Amino acid sequence: MFSFLRALKCIEILNQTTLSLVPQNEEKRSLSLGGHVGFDSLPDQLVSKSVTQGFCFNILCVGETGIGKSTLMNTLFNTTFENEEASHYQNGVYLRPRTYDLQESNVHLKLTIVDTVGFGDQINKDESYKPIVDYIDTQFENYLQEELKIKRSLFNYHDTRIHICLYFIAPTGHSLKSLDLVTMKKLDSKVNIIPIIAKADTISKSELHKFKIKIMSELVSNGVQIYQFPTDDEAVAEINSSMNAHLPFAVVGSVEEVKVGNKMVRARQYPWGVVQVENESHCDFVKLREMLIRINMEDLREQTHARHYELYRRCKLEEMGFKDTDPDSQPFSLQETYEAKRKEFLTDLQRKEEEMRQMFVNKVKETEAELKEKERELHEKFEQLKRMHQEEKRKVEEKRRDLEEEMNGFNRKKLAAETLSLSQPLKKDKDKKK
Amino acid sequence: MTTNMRYKSRIIKTEDSEDKQYVGFATLPNQVHRKSVKKGFDFTLMVAGESGLGKSTLVNSLFLTDLYKDRKLLNAEERISQTVEITKHTVDIEEKGVKLKLTIVDTPGFGDAVNNNECWKPITDYIDQQFEQYFRDESGLNRKNILDNRVHCCLYFIPPFGHGLRPVDVEFMKALHERVNIIALIAKADCLTPNETKKLKDRVRDEIERFGIKVYQFPECDSDEDEEFKQMDKELKECTPFAVIGSNTVVEARGQRVRGRLYPWGIVEVENQSHCDFVKLRNMLIRSHMHDLKDVTCDVHYENYRAHCIQQMTSKLAQDNRMDSSIPILPLPTPDAETERLIKMKDEELKRMQEMLEKMQQQMHEKDQ
Repeated sequence: MFSFLRALKCIEILNQTTLSLVPQNEEKRSLSLGGHVGFDSLPDQLVSKSVTQGFCFNILCVGETGIGKSTLMNTLFNTTFENEEASHYQNGVYLRPRTYDLQESNVHLKLTIVDTVGFGDQINKDESYKPIVDYIDTQFENYLQEELKIKRSLFNYHDTRIHICLYFIAPTGHSLKSLDLVTMKKLDSKVNIIPIIAKADTISKSELHKFKIKIMSELVSNGVQIYQFPTDDEAVAEINSSMNAHLPFAVVGSVEEVKVGNKMVRARQYPWGVVQVENESHCDFVKLREMLIRINMEDLREQTHARHYELYRRCKLEEMGFKDTDPDSQPFSLQETYEAKRKEFLTDLQRKEEEMRQMFVNKVKETEAELKEKERELHEKFEQLKRMHQEEKRKVEEKRRDLEEEMNGFNRKKLAAETLSLSQPLKKDKDKKK
Repeated sequence: MTTNMRYKSRIIKTEDSEDKQYVGFATLPNQVHRKSVKKGFDFTLMVAGESGLGKSTLVNSLFLTDLYKDRKLLNAEERISQTVEITKHTVDIEEKGVKLKLTIVDTPGFGDAVNNNECWKPITDYIDQQFEQYFRDESGLNRKNILDNRVHCCLYFIPPFGHGLRPVDVEFMKALHERVNIIALIAKADCLTPNETKKLKDRVRDEIERFGIKVYQFPECDSDEDEEFKQMDKELKECTPFAVIGSNTVVEARGQRVRGRLYPWGIVEVENQSHCDFVKLRNMLIRSHMHDLKDVTCDVHYENYRAHCIQQMTSKLAQDNRMDSSIPILPLPTPDAETERLIKMKDEELKRMQEMLEKMQQQMHEKDQ
């Protein structure tokens, strides 16, 4: 009896499972587990794999010469990256990427810092944004090429795409500079931008508040999209949304240490006081570090890949003529598109070959015709000459005959005359004798 | 130290034994002083530099007034293709019976656009215009009431955020150093620690020398000045360019109300010599060298302009050797562009022909020999 019931139950379960295998209405059922399976270790596996792989992060610093980009990088990562002071007299803007290997506990970070040298120094800054945009596009292009390769190694690939652009705003206290606005507009669709107010120890608290409001309103009114810290993950939503309200961060950087109280802190010493870098009431450095490194680094990388890179890829492929759907709105696969493209290319090639052959044949015909023409002409000339020659010959012959006739005539006359003269003197003699 | 005090200390005390030899012209300085007080002074100051460097704040701090009420600042978008304007503010201020008509010439929009090619042209044109106007007035018949609008001094603000002079700074100063006295200032010096200030000053001084920019030089002291003055003068010269901080607000520091900036980490006092060079700038500009600036403008820059102008005018007359030099130089009405061009062309032709003639003469001479 029991075995019969168990068998029934088994069949029921089997039926149910087979039912669920058939995707009839695509409904996912959530099942409850009877015990500990163990796939809750999946995140840990992912983490350990990525830790062994190492992380990679690329920062682009855009700002005028001397505004404090290198100092801020040194302060953020608590180390000294070698760098020389740039001069103000470059003819144009060029980018200087430097890669460093950092390690903290057991996490390896391959950090690339790209510096803009000569930005804002030229008298005519119309073209200043171009090298930056070109650099970002080149990194995307390299990744795209790697992705489209037949034999590719994406897991091994050194990703050089820029994950974050820190835009350094000069602390004028009034508003953005015109160059800042123009550059940020060109960059906002290509990279995550976080605007920063540099050298913020020159602005007092009340001025800073007004300055921040002015900057944000200018950015909004000009449609510049800066990076918003994500608020969809409940763990960090609250802190992120409060930080969003503090943008742009007013930072002070320093690698020198000053004794305050009984500690050595990183600070700048002035005759009127000491500005502590890590004091939240002095500047927003701590906020920047939290947001950039401790909380949102991974999100920045994701956004770069999912949003900016995808946009670039889509534009690029559309340019090349790929479409996602053919005229009947059926989804194309990439393979089919490839095939279609290849066929197109081959037919194109064939057509061109035909054309060329046609052209060749035509040309040959032409030259043949020309040659024939020339031959005919020559022949005609030859004939003409021959005829002339014949004419002359004939004339000459005639003349000769005439001459001969004359000569003959003359000879005859001479003979006749001679014979006459011979017989004449006899007659004379005869006459005389009579 | 006001000029007042200096001259007072020079008055020879009359002693009875020298009564006979005392003529009395030692009171001339006093007479000059009295007359000048009655006449009043005027001074035109130009401020130039990118926006946001604190020019207006500094002018307010220097003259302890508020010259820039209700100023409209442009947005970044409007500034992308901004042209440079010239604005003038004139105020009459008085101190201890001495009247000063102060004109501040401002240059909003300088260096703000994305393309700043020749952004200093409106400024040089303005300065030349003032010279030209004065030249005409001076050469006119009625010279009683000449208005002197010539720019006596130009304060150029260098941003402290960089590593020294930038190309636009260099070009601007080179365009202006032969027309006006330039005093270079490092603006917003409260973002520099004392070490950084010193480094930046050395850097800027080197670059000024390297590019051959002639900034205003303080006149050498006479050897009979008192030691204190000489010392001050020396310090002043070593301190250029001045690193200044300006403030529109009054704060409480060390029990006093002073002009300053309030930060969470301390209070910057504008008039504290160890905080910035504002006091030195004020002393130099107003208290000791104001008149010297005017003199240099009149004697050097204006004379240069005038000589240049006259040369241009008389180069056409120089062809004719019979002209003697005592022709009164009247301001000729400026010929229009077309005739000027023709005249120039003819000028060059004549010069070329003259050269050829000379060459031929030389050749003939050689042949003769």
